[in-house]
Amino acid sequence: MNKCMERLYNGIIKENPTFVIMLGLCPTFAVTTSAVNAIGMGLSSTVVLMFSNLLISALRNAIPDRVRLPAEIVIVASLVTVVQLLMEGFAPASVNRALGIYIPLIVVNCIILGRAEAYALYNPPLVSFFDGLGMGLGFTAALFILGSIREILGAGSIFGFQFIPNSFHISIFVMAPGAFFVMAVLCALQNRFKMPSATNTDETKALTCNGDCLHCAGHNSIENHEALTGCIQHAVEVMQKAESMDQKKEEKR
Amino acid sequence: MKIILLFVSGALVNNVVLSRFLGLCSFLGVSKKKETAKGMGAAVIFTIFLSTMLCSVVYMCILKPLGIGYLQTIVFIVLVAALVQLIEMYMKKSIPSLHKALGIYLPLITTNCAVLGVALDNVQKSYNFAEGLAWGVGTAVGYAISITLLAGIRERIENNDVPRDFQGMPIVLVTAGLMAIAFCGFSGMIT
Repeated sequence: MNKCMERLYNGIIKENPTFVIMLGLCPTFAVTTSAVNAIGMGLSSTVVLMFSNLLISALRNAIPDRVRLPAEIVIVASLVTVVQLLMEGFAPASVNRALGIYIPLIVVNCIILGRAEAYALYNPPLVSFFDGLGMGLGFTAALFILGSIREILGAGSIFGFQFIPNSFHISIFVMAPGAFFVMAVLCALQNRFKMPSATNTDETKALTCNGDCLHCAGHNSIENHEALTGCIQHAVEVMQKAESMDQKKEEKR
Repeated sequence: MKIILLFVSGALVNNVVLSRFLGLCSFLGVSKKKETAKGMGAAVIFTIFLSTMLCSVVYMCILKPLGIGYLQTIVFIVLVAALVQLIEMYMKKSIPSLHKALGIYLPLITTNCAVLGVALDNVQKSYNFAEGLAWGVGTAVGYAISITLLAGIRERIENNDVPRDFQGMPIVLVTAGLMAIAFCGFSGMIT
């Protein structure tokens, strides 16, 4: 049981998906126009994360290594479809309309495949389930923080309860650019207080994602990408050299 | 006429990254150099062009007649993933020069939500084949425009004196926010 609590702590604080690992930014920015939407998105992602981790971990010995990724994607996509239908049936209409296309897009949220690959494939089901729950709650908390800041500044309300008069609203914060500005300031604060985050780690570390390109979409570390392109260029040069050597040998013959 | 409107609205008015926040990860991730940004933009246009066609055809000819439209998410993501793999294999075999230029970006595209987002959009807004294609290509062009612009600005930022706390990701986010404000200006273009 202790291990499960450790997983929860890890997901919510130590490796918070939004603030520390900086994964899954698309829904983070898109749906945080109000605190309610943020919680709706966070909870639906949490449900998908928990059960995808549980299922993938339970099936980890049955899935052949070669079709690992397609199998994972199909599991996640089925869960997302279930959540989508449940949301359409039971969630408040306004939340459902605001989340719209972002619910099916949970499939491509990097956090889910990332956790499946990094944790669920190597650990027993129960612990993986709690890992998913911790990550999901961490994601929800981050979304809630962003959503409430944006709602307070932009609409002067929290959970729809208005406490700042209309003339003091800065409506840009509930529009698209506001998301970037709030996140920028939060990132800058992290830098200021030297808190752990993907954006202020040591630049000397060559590959922060251990070369797992398929899932990182390049955002883990910009340096990674350059290091990799450097590798490829180097390999191409070596190959060209070898080829020209071969040609020279043939000419000599 | 509607097709041209859809194209412009996809590319500028409802810019995929700056107003709909799709494909944000790669937008922030691979926009450090203009060259890589252009490569990524080209790869996204290419993939979205093919995947939109494939997804509309599959939805209209298979899913809709059978009444299993609710399986769209599963079917589309598998189609996109398979398509990206196929493109990569085909390119490697027959167009090595293009593969060398775009190859490293292709795996990143599977997890790019813009590709899946366009396919789902077309179904939700019930566009026909041509409209869907215009919307898809417009979206992809919008992505290419914004990632190239951001890369251009980021190359300039490198030479500037940024406050220490804002170095790295924060200044990029601020830049993207200012770009988003600029793109808000297009919203009056089409009513």
